[in-house]
Amino acid sequence: MKSLPLIFLGVFFTLAFSWTGIVLTSQIQLKEFTPATPDLVDSQDQPAPGGKYLVDGETIKNTPGMTANPQPLVGEAQRGKLVYQQMGCLYCHSQQVRRQGFGADFERGWGQRQSVPRDYIEQDRVMLGTMRTGPDLTNVGLRYSELWQFQHLYDPQITSPGSIMPPYGFLFEVREISPLTGPSAEAIELPEAYQPPAGYEVVPSRRAKDLVAYLMSLHQDYELPEIKFTQ
Amino acid sequence: MRKPAMLFLVSAVFWLLLGTVFALVAAIKATNPDFLGGTEWLTFGRVRSAHLNAMIFGWGNNVIFAVAPWIMGRLSRARIRHTSILLIAGIFWNIAVTVGIFGILRGDMIGVEWLEMPSYAAPLIIITYALVGVWVIIAFRWRQTDHVYVSQWYLLAAFFWLPWLYTVAQIMLIFEPATGVVQSLTNWWFAHNVLGLWLTPIALGVAYYLIPKVLGRPIHSYYLSVVGFWALALFYNWAGVHHLIGGPVPAWVISAGTVASVMMVIPVLVVGINHHLTVVGLHKEGWASPTIRFVMFGAINYTFVSLTGSLMALRHVNEVTHFTHFTVGHAHHGVYAFFTMIMFGAVYYMMPRLLLREWPNAFLIKVHWWMAGMGILLMVVALQVGGWIQGLQMNALNEDGTPVYSSFIQIVENTRPWLWLRSLSGLMILIGHLAFGVNVFWMIFSRRRAGEQTAPTLLSPTTEQA
Repeated sequence: MKSLPLIFLGVFFTLAFSWTGIVLTSQIQLKEFTPATPDLVDSQDQPAPGGKYLVDGETIKNTPGMTANPQPLVGEAQRGKLVYQQMGCLYCHSQQVRRQGFGADFERGWGQRQSVPRDYIEQDRVMLGTMRTGPDLTNVGLRYSELWQFQHLYDPQITSPGSIMPPYGFLFEVREISPLTGPSAEAIELPEAYQPPAGYEVVPSRRAKDLVAYLMSLHQDYELPEIKFTQ
Repeated sequence: MRKPAMLFLVSAVFWLLLGTVFALVAAIKATNPDFLGGTEWLTFGRVRSAHLNAMIFGWGNNVIFAVAPWIMGRLSRARIRHTSILLIAGIFWNIAVTVGIFGILRGDMIGVEWLEMPSYAAPLIIITYALVGVWVIIAFRWRQTDHVYVSQWYLLAAFFWLPWLYTVAQIMLIFEPATGVVQSLTNWWFAHNVLGLWLTPIALGVAYYLIPKVLGRPIHSYYLSVVGFWALALFYNWAGVHHLIGGPVPAWVISAGTVASVMMVIPVLVVGINHHLTVVGLHKEGWASPTIRFVMFGAINYTFVSLTGSLMALRHVNEVTHFTHFTVGHAHHGVYAFFTMIMFGAVYYMMPRLLLREWPNAFLIKVHWWMAGMGILLMVVALQVGGWIQGLQMNALNEDGTPVYSSFIQIVENTRPWLWLRSLSGLMILIGHLAFGVNVFWMIFSRRRAGEQTAPTLLSPTTEQA
């Protein structure tokens, strides 16, 4: 091993090999994916059981009159995703449900079915996550109310005593209740121990509202041609 | 060569200390979330990422840029040219890391693990990689020796791999994001290869240089090293996707990743045997030398951490360890107990030769050694035992199919004592790093005096002296 070109060729091809295998082939495979209805039909609107993955629009298409999923994020929820990203939520929370029998994702109530690649095709930033210091959030939008989310973000101890999640009090404003207009409609209810001084209220900032909108938008409660519930 | 190397070294030590402080803050927050809880800039997600980036890109890359070109220059036995390239690279690099970490704390984090730095730091990073890479190739190209050393393959390969990895990852994740979960695949192809094709080959190259050099005995087998090198090049590439086992990605990719992770046993054992057979019989000398103490600790942990990694890629083990602190322990085992310890050894070897004076205080080296060594072992044990329990509890089911630990908070509470131990280990490591930092600056600012010790600093008597 004395030749520079030989070493370079070797190291070049080893890396090119894995990039082609892991990244490129997956990209070629997945870039064809589109949102889909739970079942696909052929051009005569007859069920097309073989058509599990690709919707080409001519021979295999979505069932007319049914909603195709996943749907893209819009408005507040889309901005909220940026807050999720900037606060580093993904370092403690995953967004993926594993298949039944692998771990206990189903039994813990984190999902009705396993997550599949199509679930993520509309996302500009995919945050599957690799830690579950906190619970999985794939379907968190289905589990709690908005009020719960606001209280939990303001101080996790309110809703989940013993939690080690950081408090996000800085996403809220503690302000004097306006003598003219009275308490704000947006002010959040808090239990006795967490209430601000008399005459003050706790109002979520725009970022807090966006973040909650994002959390409330998280759900994989639809079926796809390739995946049905309890799979 | 002295100026750029010292620039990189001093910045490396600075980032190491800052990164350790970030780490300790994050660790305390993990058990006491109200600690600095009102400061947005220091919320857990950000300070944890600032820690990672300060360590990998601030400490890791700076120390590599100090040590690797220097070793390359020595092995090439040529007059060192164009050191200004390295000097410029050093300045660019530290501006990039400062900007990147400031961006993370400010809230411009990207949301991709190991690539948290905002995209405005990327151009400077790419330029630096290119400058250092070009310098290393120039140094190698004009070498005066016919022989090509094992260390040189590792260093050359690493300096070629990293810029390519980084550029592809930047493009496919930030400038032109790939479709859906292809992002996750690219993410772990990149992140694991930063370990496998950058930190690992550099640390192995450095170990392959230092062990024979300090002990005065050639590497046991040239052919074993060839096998070890190419097996690493071939298999490590594919291993990264084991971070997505069970996830929504094509199944065959996961299978390939698992196979590659298990195949890593080959290069790991080959390198382990080769290092061991080089050192065998010289343990007393090794223990006396600060360099070899740190390097051997790193080399032994390379074997352990890699074998653990192969096990963690197996389906049944992964089912427990995935998503838990076990993985965090594993990451620190690799980056610290293996990579960082070898780099400490390299700094202990290199600085006296750069500054032409000895280490001022052997006691501080011992403090550094014991605190860092025991600290990291405590951390790995705490996180892996705690993480294993966490994984078992998350998966445990009653006979009727309901979770045994139905309250998630209960599992969280059960990890707390282990996370406390981690904070304690972090404190130990911080003490070690302070001892190291004091020694480094003491050495830089001390003047040489008449009658000063000129023999190498030893930590215990060698066979000869005894």
